[in-house]
Amino acid sequence: MAIITYKNVYLSCAASVAGKLESEGPLGTMFDSTEADSYFAKDSWEQAESEMVRRALNILLSKAKMSDKEVELILGGDLLNQCTATGFAAMTVPSPYLGLYGACSTAAEALMIGSLFVDSGSFSNAIALASSHFCSSERQFRFPLEYGNQRPPMSQTTVTGTGAFLLRNAPAEIQITKALPGRVKEDGITDANNMGAAMTTAAVDTILRFFDESKEYPGDYDVIATGDLGKEGYELASELFVKCGLDLCGKYTDCGMLIYDYNNQDVNSGGSGCGCSACVLATLFTKKLKKREIKKMLLIGTGALLSPKTVLQKQPIPSVAHLVALERV
Amino acid sequence: MDKNAFVKYATGREKRSPSLKNSILAFISGGLVCLAGQGLADLYKMAGMAEKSSATLASVTLVFLAGLFTGIGCFDKAAKICGAGLLVPITGFSNAVTSPAIDAKSEGFIMGVGAEMFKIAGPVVVYGNLVAVVYGIIYYISLCIAG
Repeated sequence: MAIITYKNVYLSCAASVAGKLESEGPLGTMFDSTEADSYFAKDSWEQAESEMVRRALNILLSKAKMSDKEVELILGGDLLNQCTATGFAAMTVPSPYLGLYGACSTAAEALMIGSLFVDSGSFSNAIALASSHFCSSERQFRFPLEYGNQRPPMSQTTVTGTGAFLLRNAPAEIQITKALPGRVKEDGITDANNMGAAMTTAAVDTILRFFDESKEYPGDYDVIATGDLGKEGYELASELFVKCGLDLCGKYTDCGMLIYDYNNQDVNSGGSGCGCSACVLATLFTKKLKKREIKKMLLIGTGALLSPKTVLQKQPIPSVAHLVALERV
Repeated sequence: MDKNAFVKYATGREKRSPSLKNSILAFISGGLVCLAGQGLADLYKMAGMAEKSSATLASVTLVFLAGLFTGIGCFDKAAKICGAGLLVPITGFSNAVTSPAIDAKSEGFIMGVGAEMFKIAGPVVVYGNLVAVVYGIIYYISLCIAG
């Protein structure tokens, strides 16, 4: 269970597309494109999410000044059954496609696997992407959109957003240096409203293993960001790190807390969904890395591997956390 | 930390819903829905309806209004504040039927709207009928015993 070390993989471009609530949040101006219409001018939310992925792909290609024929591989996924949002979007591009499902950890999983393909030399480039849409997820995992229910304060808001990344073997400003695939953990939490707590142990496990095996110190990194634990999970994870005796030197943050404004947006515990960590990495973190405001960072994508059926069957929520290390060259 | 200890720890520290505030808002808004229902019943009575039909018509009107507001997209926003005040009266039942129907429109009228409409309200219909039958039997037996 060693850490993967990459020698020659660079994150050469990132693109992000987000919805209205995200555009009103603290990262609002950093998205490449935002859309106020939750249907993205399509007929259903499933098609809307696909359209969002397509737009992110197009923006990424235009940023990289590439034609879609030059893309050698697309890896990605979303939260919908059979990953249809990504699959339907990949249909419009002539490149081979690998669909991934790691729930909300998909962005980190796609970066990790995509980097392996590029580092091995089999492919000279690959696109890693992840997306989620509030309405399509709400429909699949919770209640109909117009159903009137009250959400508990520890529940999270699914981010409407896509983050897409172009990985290349040609040197660029940001390098992908290391990765550590996560183990599936289950800590007994059965409440689907408290996914932050359910994913905490997986995140803590991966981070502890990483520092244990790499012999590095949290102080070596400028940012250690979990994917979407939200405020509830972030606080719980912080307490667990103290209990385990790992001092994260104040570098620890969570993408689910960065994407929304708690004071002015009604988001309960914060953001969640594949699009959460993907969008925060594609906007805030790549910007900071490029400007050298941060030099080294860890992204720990956290995913809750539940389905509405397993929740009704009162199964505990298994979760997984994948780690990717990025560095300013 | 073992699993039970973690669950206890995590659920012990999680933020709770503001129950007192929710209860007060539900009490007030639920009362207002009932007041509206009574007002409607009185209006129908004034218009010359029989007592029983005016009560039924009042319920039908509330169901219609809740369905309408669900369709316009403001029922869920109001229910977020009012909670049980809007969900427990007949308005909640109406919302529980109309909201999945709206969602399922993209899958067509048969396998979409038709099949999904009672996804949330289905249990209420099933167990409501079941309890009605049980109640009917008990009532019948009590009548036999009382002679």
